[in-house]
Amino acid sequence: MKNRIYLLATVIFAAAMLLPAVASAQADFSGIWQPRYDEDNPERIPGPELRDYAGLPINENARQFADSWDPSRITLPEEQCRVHVSPYIYRGPMNLQVWEERDPKTRELIAIKHYISTYEQTRTIYMDGRPHPGPNAAHTWMGFSTGHYEGDMLVVETTHLKQGWVRRNGLPMSDQAHMTEYFVRNGDLMTHIVVLADPVFLAAPLVKSQDFVRSTRELAAQTWLWVCESVIEIPRPAGEVPAYMPGEHPFKDEYARRHGIPLVATDGGPETMYPEYQKVLEKQPIPPPLPTRGGRAGGAGAGGGAGRQGGAGPQGGR
Amino acid sequence: MRTSKCEGRSGRQGRRPARWLFVAGAVVSAAVATVGGVRAQQQNFDNVQIDAVKVTDNVYMLVGAGGNVTVQFGPEGVLVVDTSYAQMSGKILAEIRKLSSEPIRYVVNTHVHPDHIGGNEAIAKAGRTRAGGNVVGDLGAGATNQAAVLAHENVLNRMSMPPPGQQEVPSAAWPTETYIGKKKEMIFNNEAVQIIHEENAHTDGDSLVFFRRNDVIATGDLFTTTMYPFIDEANGGTINGYVDALNDILDLTVASNVNEGGTMVIPGHGRLCDEQDVIEYRDMVTIVRDRIREYVKRGMTLEQVKAKKPTLDWDRRYGDGFVKPDAFIDVVYKQLSAEKAAAAKPAGSAKASPAPKAKESGK
Repeated sequence: MKNRIYLLATVIFAAAMLLPAVASAQADFSGIWQPRYDEDNPERIPGPELRDYAGLPINENARQFADSWDPSRITLPEEQCRVHVSPYIYRGPMNLQVWEERDPKTRELIAIKHYISTYEQTRTIYMDGRPHPGPNAAHTWMGFSTGHYEGDMLVVETTHLKQGWVRRNGLPMSDQAHMTEYFVRNGDLMTHIVVLADPVFLAAPLVKSQDFVRSTRELAAQTWLWVCESVIEIPRPAGEVPAYMPGEHPFKDEYARRHGIPLVATDGGPETMYPEYQKVLEKQPIPPPLPTRGGRAGGAGAGGGAGRQGGAGPQGGR
Repeated sequence: MRTSKCEGRSGRQGRRPARWLFVAGAVVSAAVATVGGVRAQQQNFDNVQIDAVKVTDNVYMLVGAGGNVTVQFGPEGVLVVDTSYAQMSGKILAEIRKLSSEPIRYVVNTHVHPDHIGGNEAIAKAGRTRAGGNVVGDLGAGATNQAAVLAHENVLNRMSMPPPGQQEVPSAAWPTETYIGKKKEMIFNNEAVQIIHEENAHTDGDSLVFFRRNDVIATGDLFTTTMYPFIDEANGGTINGYVDALNDILDLTVASNVNEGGTMVIPGHGRLCDEQDVIEYRDMVTIVRDRIREYVKRGMTLEQVKAKKPTLDWDRRYGDGFVKPDAFIDVVYKQLSAEKAAAAKPAGSAKASPAPKAKESGK
């Protein structure tokens, strides 16, 4: 009995000693992290299929933008090295290094830094309470980020983003977007949750998450580099911007037909995010499958088809 | 029933744009062009704060009411690109004085609109240019009593002979030095400064100002982040010239190795930008123009084109700006219809074509 009392007293004392430390402890995310791609794998590694907008809360403006987006756009020299914005870049293949910057005198946390190997991006998350820049400041791929801890969770707010992608099949994110992130660490596992609000291209906030595993090995130096040099891939009239005419996407039904999904679901929109939408889908027709290999190609052939926007007429573009 | 009526008209109008469209377009253009002046009279400037955005150690962007003002300064003095509304002059001068105590030597006007030239008189008079020899001999010491005001010659022509319905500009605000041709160059504050003319774009007197050492371009309204392009037809603007100007800006810009920064771009209105921001805007303007060109080619009426919503993608980004989607579509449709009509005419009759002049590809 006496031993039990001693044990209980020891536990209570130890707990009391630890409490202040626990209350003020903040997870340290420093280290090298690598993503796990099992979540949303088809979008992240093979890459999204054209005209697959299902489950994304896009509006009609984003839909028309993406329906007009010709993948040949990224052959333009000025768009070949286009960086993925911070709301999207964590989805891709990458190595992530995280470290802290502290005041050398006070050891107070000034910023948390992320180095992202894809496109060699360095991101700063200010932790010292500074305000975001004014409305006339430049926008960047990573945006301007400030963070704070809520318990052990790091919460980050980001503004001043450049225009980028919600999904790299042409679904845009505007430079007016605002991102809130939640970083949670459980041992060697880090969960990253993104809530993206975009008054231009989203009808409702987009929530997505991805997990990272802490690397215990040093990575070769070259794995941190991303050298991109643009070249002329396709000779075309200067100033031409490849695009499809609205409503004339030559592969409009290809994704739906390949996977046997009602066409309306591939249009995306807030309603397609929720389980109840399955009831709507039950009443929608399934489009005919694509012809088998060797048969006549469905959808449209490579090269754009009739709906392709001219770009340069007699006086067109440069 | 209504649809069939429209279709009935479309056949005729598709081949040749109605004359009323040209007249209406000119009236709208003139009206829009005067809005800047009317706005200035109606706006209360007392509460407007200037946001001085540092671009480099020697170049700042001043944002308040009206167009953005660019200030480059150094040991030789101060060069100011555009002067906003007249009512903003005091606040702009106060900001310039925070940056440099050296005299204002030059004012450059990117174009003729009142939200960009309104402060010419007050800001130029607060400065002093350098002059000697015959100039002082002919004009007296007063030749140096103000900063030189530089602009393309068409700016002076438009100010001194405004189109009907547009406000007159007092002669004290006119450019004191104009250039013709593609560009004017000078060294100022140990920096090559190129003032580059863009033909028939936003107006017919547009200039870009490229500060080569600082690697900064002030674009005037050839590029903005707040609205669809304002193609001021009454002052010689064309959609094809506007697209060409955006591509010319991209020919000058070089991004850094992470594809942002590098050459910084100060727009006529809106926030500080770099090459990628201009690319997004160029893509938008080009795609909208090309859509409308295709619809014109298919013989569609203006109403049918508007029903297709060729700007829908960007309406939540730019649609609330100074140029509404319909106004943008109106002017593009009109000019591309004229382009189509001109292309359809026999070679010998091309002289009479009202089609806007399009530049050749490349530089």
